[in-house]
Amino acid sequence: MTGSWWPVAAIIAVILATATVGTLGVRSRTTSDFLVASRSVSPLLNASAIGGEYLSAASFLGIAGLVLTYGVDMLWFPVGYTVGYLVLLVLVAAPLRRSGAYTLPDFAEMRFGSLRLRMLSSVLVVLIGWLYLLPQLQGAGITLRVLTGAPQWVGAVVVAVVVSVTVAAGGMRSITVVQAFQYWLKLAAIALPAVLLVGAWYRDGAPVFADGDWGTPLSGYGGRAYPLYSTYSIVLATFLGTMGLPHVLVRFYTNPDGGAARRTTLAVLGLLSVFYLFPPVFGALGRIYTPELAGTSAADTVVLLLPGRVFGGWVGQALSSLVAAGAFAAFLSTASGLSLSVAGVLTQDVLRRGSRFGGVANRFRLSTVIAVAVPVVLALVAGRTDLAQTVTLAFAVAASTFCPLLVLGIWWPRLTVRGAIASLVVGGGSALVAVVAVLAFGPFDGLTQALLAQPAAWTVPLAFISAIVASLATRDRDPRIALSALTRLHSPEELETRR
Amino acid sequence: MTTPVPDGAPRREVITHRRTAAARSNSQRRGVRRDVTEQTELGVTLMRSLRRAQLRLALVVGIVIAVVVGGIPLLFLAFPAVRDARVSGLSLGWVVLGVLVFPLICVTGWLYVRAADREENEFVDLVERS
Repeated sequence: MTGSWWPVAAIIAVILATATVGTLGVRSRTTSDFLVASRSVSPLLNASAIGGEYLSAASFLGIAGLVLTYGVDMLWFPVGYTVGYLVLLVLVAAPLRRSGAYTLPDFAEMRFGSLRLRMLSSVLVVLIGWLYLLPQLQGAGITLRVLTGAPQWVGAVVVAVVVSVTVAAGGMRSITVVQAFQYWLKLAAIALPAVLLVGAWYRDGAPVFADGDWGTPLSGYGGRAYPLYSTYSIVLATFLGTMGLPHVLVRFYTNPDGGAARRTTLAVLGLLSVFYLFPPVFGALGRIYTPELAGTSAADTVVLLLPGRVFGGWVGQALSSLVAAGAFAAFLSTASGLSLSVAGVLTQDVLRRGSRFGGVANRFRLSTVIAVAVPVVLALVAGRTDLAQTVTLAFAVAASTFCPLLVLGIWWPRLTVRGAIASLVVGGGSALVAVVAVLAFGPFDGLTQALLAQPAAWTVPLAFISAIVASLATRDRDPRIALSALTRLHSPEELETRR
Repeated sequence: MTTPVPDGAPRREVITHRRTAAARSNSQRRGVRRDVTEQTELGVTLMRSLRRAQLRLALVVGIVIAVVVGGIPLLFLAFPAVRDARVSGLSLGWVVLGVLVFPLICVTGWLYVRAADREENEFVDLVERS
C-alpha cells in the first residue's frame, strides 16, 4: 500500500490511451469489420497485437507470484505459453486461415457441416472465454487494492467498463492497434524494472536465497504433491491448449493468406520469447527482497511491490507506476480480445439475424455487454486462486476440446461429426468437472488436488481417444464435406487467385 | 525474356516478366489446377500428397519438441547430478527453462516455416507446370 497517486495516474493514462486509440477505428460497420478488421492487418502489426493480446494477467503478474512461492518448476508456465504457439504454428496456423471462417464455430461448421457441432462449439467458446476473463478481472482488482487500498471489486468493474466501451465502439480494427501498442508497453514495463532490479541486486553483493529445494526442479517445494505429474499436466495443457483459446484463433483470420499466417506466428514466437525472460526475475528477486509474500494470497502482487521495495524515492515511484501501467495494459488487452471473441460468437449464434435485437452493430454491442458482465459477477463471488493457476484451467479445457477438434479435423479425413461431438463432450465435460470442483470446493488433498487442479494429463488423452474411437465406429452421411474441407484447408492460395 | 512471335503478327520484341508469361499461357494450362479445385480423382490424390507431406513435416517438428523440451523433466528425474548442476551459481533448471529453451523454440519455428513454404511452392509449381 504505497498510498501514492503516481501509479494511479499511470493507470489512468493507459486507460485514456487505450480509449483514444480504440475510438480511432470507430467507423467499423460490417460484420467483417467488427470481427476481423476486414482481413487487412500487416504481419508485424498483427504479431504485436497477438503478443499484446496473449500476455495476460497470468503472464504479467501470475508467473512471478508462482515462481516466488513454488520455485523453478513454475518456469514451465512461460515455456508452455510459448511452445503452445509453436505447436499452433506447426499444426493449425495456415490451414485455419485458409478455412475462411471467422470463429471456432464457423470452423466446426465448415469442416463438418453440422449445426449441432456448431452450437456445441459456441457454448465451449463462451465458457472458455469466461473462465479466462475471470483472472483478468481478479488481477485488476488486486492491483488497484494494492496500489490504492480500494476494495477489490473496483478494479474489476473499471476494466469491464473500459473493455465494453472500446470493443463495442470499434470492434477488431481498433482493437488491433490498441493491442499492438499494449505489447510494447508491457515489454517496457517489465523489462526496464527487471534490468534495474538485477543491477541493484548485484550492487547488494548478489545475495542468494538459501533454501536449496526452491531452486531444484521436481522438488515439490511449497507443498505441491506429485510434482512430476503436475509438471507434465502443465506441459500438456499449455502446449496443446493455446490453439483452442477463442481470442487466439480469431487473430488468424486477419492475415491475408496462409503463408502470412505462418510468418505472423513466427514473429509472435520471437516477441513472446523476449517478454518471458523477465517475469521470473521478479519471482526470484522477490525471494530475497519480499520473502513475506511467498505462499500468501498476495504472492501475485510481487511484480507491483518489488520495485518500490528495492528502490526508494522517485526511482521507486516511477518504476512502480510503470509496472502498474503494464499490468493494466495486460488486463485490458487480454480482456478486450476475449470479450471480442465471446461477443462475436454470441452475435452469430445466440442473438441471430432477424431477431428482435436489431442490426449487426446493435447485436454486437449487446453481446459485448453480456460477454463482460457474466465474468464480472463471477469475479465478485468467486474465491481467490492464483492467477496463473486459473488461467491454466482455461488452457486445460481448451486442450481437452478444441485441440482434438482442430488437429484431427485438419489432418484426418476420417474424423466424423459424431467423433468430434464425442471428444467435445467427453474431454470438455471431464475438464469442466475438474474446474468447477477446484474453483467451488477446492483445495483438496494430495492426489485428488493434483488430478483436479491440473486435469490436462488425463482429460486430453481421453478427448483424443473418444474422437478416434467414435470416428472409427461411425460414418458421416456425406463424406464429401470432409474431403472438400480438407482440400480447402491445405490448398495454397496461389492456386485459387491465379486462376 | 522474349516470347515467340505468332505467325502473321507484325514482328516486334515483347519483353515480359516470367510470371506474366505464365499467366498468359494459363488458358491452356488450367487442366490440373481445375482437377485440384474441383476435386476430381487426380486432384484429390494430388492434394492428399501435399497434405501428407505437410503432416510429416509437422510431426517431425512435434516429435522433436516433445522429446527435447518434454524430455527435460524426465532428464532431471533420471539424473540428479544434472538436476543439481550449477552454472555460475544458478541451478541448471533456471538456465535451461528460463533462458536457453526460448532461442530453441524460435529457431525450430523458423526452420519449420521455411520448409513448409518450400513444400507449398513446389506443389504450386508442379500444378502450374503440368
